[in-house]
Amino acid sequence: MNLLGLYNYWVYLFLLLVGMYTVFAKNNYVKRLIGLSIFQSAVFLLFISMDKVAGGTGPIFTGNPVTDAVFANPLPQVLILTAIVVGIAGTALGLAITVRIREEYGSIEESDIRKMDDQS
Amino acid sequence: MMSLYDQLPILVITLPLLAAPVVAVLPGRGKLPWLFATIASALTFLIAISLACRVMENGTIPYLLGNWEAPYGIVLSIGPLSVLMAIVISGASLAGLFVSLGGMDKEVPPPHQPLLYACWLLVMAGLIGIVTTGDAFNVFVFMEVSSLASYVMVANGPNRQALPASFKYLVTGTFGATFYLIGVGYLYMMTGTLNMADLSARLADVADTMPVLIAGGFLMLGLGMKGALFPMHAWMPNAYQFAPSPVAAFFAACSTKVPLFVMVRVLYEIVGHHLGSYGELLSGMMMTLSVIAFIVGSLIAIYSEDLKRVLGYSSVAQIGYMVLGICLGTSAGLTAASIHMFNHALMKAALFAAVAAVVVRTGSSKIEDLAGIGKKMPLTMLGFALAGLSLIGVPLTAGFISKWYLIKAILEIGPLGIFLTILILLSSLMAVVYIWKVIEVAYFKPTKIEIPDARTEAPVSILIVLWILVLANFWFGIDPEFVLSLARSEAVDVLGVSK
Amino acid sequence: MITVFDYFTLTMVAIVAVATITSSNLFVASMWSGIYSLLMACNFFILDAADVALTEAAVGAGVSTVLYMGALSLTDDKEQVSRGRKILPLLAVVALGLILMIVTIEHPRVGDINAPIHQHVAPWYIEKTPEYINIPNLVTAILASFRGFDTMGEVLVIFTAGIGVISVLSFKPKRAASVSGSELGKQIRGLHHHAVLRVVGKLLIPIILLFGLLVQFHGKYSPGGGFSAGALFAAAIMLYGILEGADRSAHAMPQAVMLKLAALGCTIYTGVGFVCMLLGHHFLDYNALWPSNPKLGQYYGILMVEFGVGLTVTAVLIMIFNAIANRATY
Repeated sequence: MNLLGLYNYWVYLFLLLVGMYTVFAKNNYVKRLIGLSIFQSAVFLLFISMDKVAGGTGPIFTGNPVTDAVFANPLPQVLILTAIVVGIAGTALGLAITVRIREEYGSIEESDIRKMDDQS
Repeated sequence: MMSLYDQLPILVITLPLLAAPVVAVLPGRGKLPWLFATIASALTFLIAISLACRVMENGTIPYLLGNWEAPYGIVLSIGPLSVLMAIVISGASLAGLFVSLGGMDKEVPPPHQPLLYACWLLVMAGLIGIVTTGDAFNVFVFMEVSSLASYVMVANGPNRQALPASFKYLVTGTFGATFYLIGVGYLYMMTGTLNMADLSARLADVADTMPVLIAGGFLMLGLGMKGALFPMHAWMPNAYQFAPSPVAAFFAACSTKVPLFVMVRVLYEIVGHHLGSYGELLSGMMMTLSVIAFIVGSLIAIYSEDLKRVLGYSSVAQIGYMVLGICLGTSAGLTAASIHMFNHALMKAALFAAVAAVVVRTGSSKIEDLAGIGKKMPLTMLGFALAGLSLIGVPLTAGFISKWYLIKAILEIGPLGIFLTILILLSSLMAVVYIWKVIEVAYFKPTKIEIPDARTEAPVSILIVLWILVLANFWFGIDPEFVLSLARSEAVDVLGVSK
Repeated sequence: MITVFDYFTLTMVAIVAVATITSSNLFVASMWSGIYSLLMACNFFILDAADVALTEAAVGAGVSTVLYMGALSLTDDKEQVSRGRKILPLLAVVALGLILMIVTIEHPRVGDINAPIHQHVAPWYIEKTPEYINIPNLVTAILASFRGFDTMGEVLVIFTAGIGVISVLSFKPKRAASVSGSELGKQIRGLHHHAVLRVVGKLLIPIILLFGLLVQFHGKYSPGGGFSAGALFAAAIMLYGILEGADRSAHAMPQAVMLKLAALGCTIYTGVGFVCMLLGHHFLDYNALWPSNPKLGQYYGILMVEFGVGLTVTAVLIMIFNAIANRATY
């Protein structure tokens, strides 16, 4: 059971790597934005995996002494709420820029754009 | 009851934050958005100076947000370097805004300006928020505030190449911020707190565990990406080249230094003591990268054909100097890096102001198009030349002071120091080459682009800013006491007696 | 039982992530990313993070997918698969993964009550919140009061994204002709032929809005709060825009008004902080709002601040949707 308690972290690592690989190796701007958001959500998984307490419940006082006994840690949740919003903000901005790039260059593949820029 | 005086630490951040949404909804005609932004920047600058005086007398100023104590709430922790950086940031903002008065209309049409100036204020507020906070996660939040606003400002550039440049900046910046967040996550995992002072205390117990080492690695990686340290610098010359010129002036003066500031905090206050032998490894790696940065950066600057790109790569080199100072690990090194953070802002802001003036009048920033400008715009090019002297490090200029203290710090570490000194002098020579290239084309080549306007000299507002900055370069070159005392007291605070 | 489901959803998340990035049809990829977000939300819920699950579902699976679709309708929907330059990133990434995997051995295990993070700051929050703030939802209490400064920064981040999208998309594209609003409406009101979608969709919109209101104002007692509520409101308007045409949703929620509402939301948040300062206390010290009964002051402070958050998030997400969906009319 010792190593199974690490499964969350292994999945987080896998997602991190998938996201990073997508951003580095893929050519298409929208695909890279999707990879970026996968990369960021891997970090969310890291933080939220930390907050679980065995036998605990969500950190809300319900007045029921059984569920109020042990709580999961509320602090990582607060941090990740912020991070989720930051992530969507970046994605939205990236999409807007991509739309404009498509209008100006006619393509959203980085190699095409680089060729056009080198010629100018 | 708290007085206005007590509230100044938080006002320096929240004043521009309050102003930004207001500026965004102002109408696009006339100068109203600019006026609001300038008033907000000016007030912030004054508050920053008053905080600096207070810090010099009383030491680090704490401020409890919501009146919750650390580590349960967020606290501000305004130390000597914080306040120096705050002055740099608000000063750069003010300078950039005055350059915008003359130079922005040509590059960004007035209807788009309210949103641009709103983003401007957000960048300034975000950067000041980073340097004044005492909570590691708060750094991430404000880093994203300033970064997102920066991406928007770059994307507003007049050339279509601003768009891929902004996208690249967005991707690299988000990566950097996320790496930083991962680092904070690992530190939090091992200690349970986010407050910087508390982290430092609790890390002592878990010092040699692997997550802490990895945290240090991720933090440095993320901050290096944000701070354009070689080899993650690729976004910066592009972003500066294609952003509107006044915006580039503002960014070049301050926005890459703030991640370096966070590096100082992380290395010296949080993690550095607890890295053990890996600390030496990290320090060595970063020294190598910073040396490559200032050699390669200067070299590429020599071969670049666009003036803004030359200045962008020159900034890569200057960041190399700063990181070298930081990772020496000595009090002298930290002092030198801090001084250079201030002086470089003065130099680059002046240089970019001159470039903005040239772009306004000729419409181009390519070096070959500058032929003969020296006769048409004598005051501008003279200002450029003098600021260039400061960049090279001629005695009596601010640049000389920075290089002097840096070399002094390097020579302290022994024989390697002599080799590094030679490299620094070499890169200064390379700076001579690329500055001379511009001067030669400007003064000694026949005129290429005819300026249609009757007034061929730069707009008055840009000239005033340019010459104030140039004179400031000489002032701080002759009397660096103010900057020196802040830098030294930071080094003492952070490193104690010696290391 | 929960443990088995836990591992199952984690594995599914990993598989779906791979599916997302290997699809070369970008519409398919964005649908996969919506499923990915939903599975992530399930994971968060299993890990006892209900607020985060709600926000991730609303933002990631809902809003984000719509934005991708909107952007893709304006750009190409097939990715050109390139050969080459894949080996080096793959090697680098695998090497990093192996290093980090070794590091995970020293992590505290998931669920371990003796982990450092459960010993230090969290017990203080659990113990002291009833005393200082008296709100059942601990996450909201920390978000809006103890760490309210972070949340203020976050509201400004989302505001920046809103004005950024408007700013970037306010430049006219180089196009032969632009389509007028009603033209666009006629072109895409094809959904009118799908009677079931139209009727059921319209029935859902008020329910979503009502649920959004619940999440906003009940956020102190149950999972929720300003961010998820804002995303839900925006989702309702997006649904309207999809069913009836983006020109109608832009007409119903004009951009200029949304911009002012977003600015208003930010100003409410900073304004509450300034009011506390003017009353002589620290910035964002809600005790100032009701000196005789600090807990009531905290209550109202959190209420107002969450309202500002909800307002800004709603307005910004609607602004972004309308800007992207109506691009053809520029």
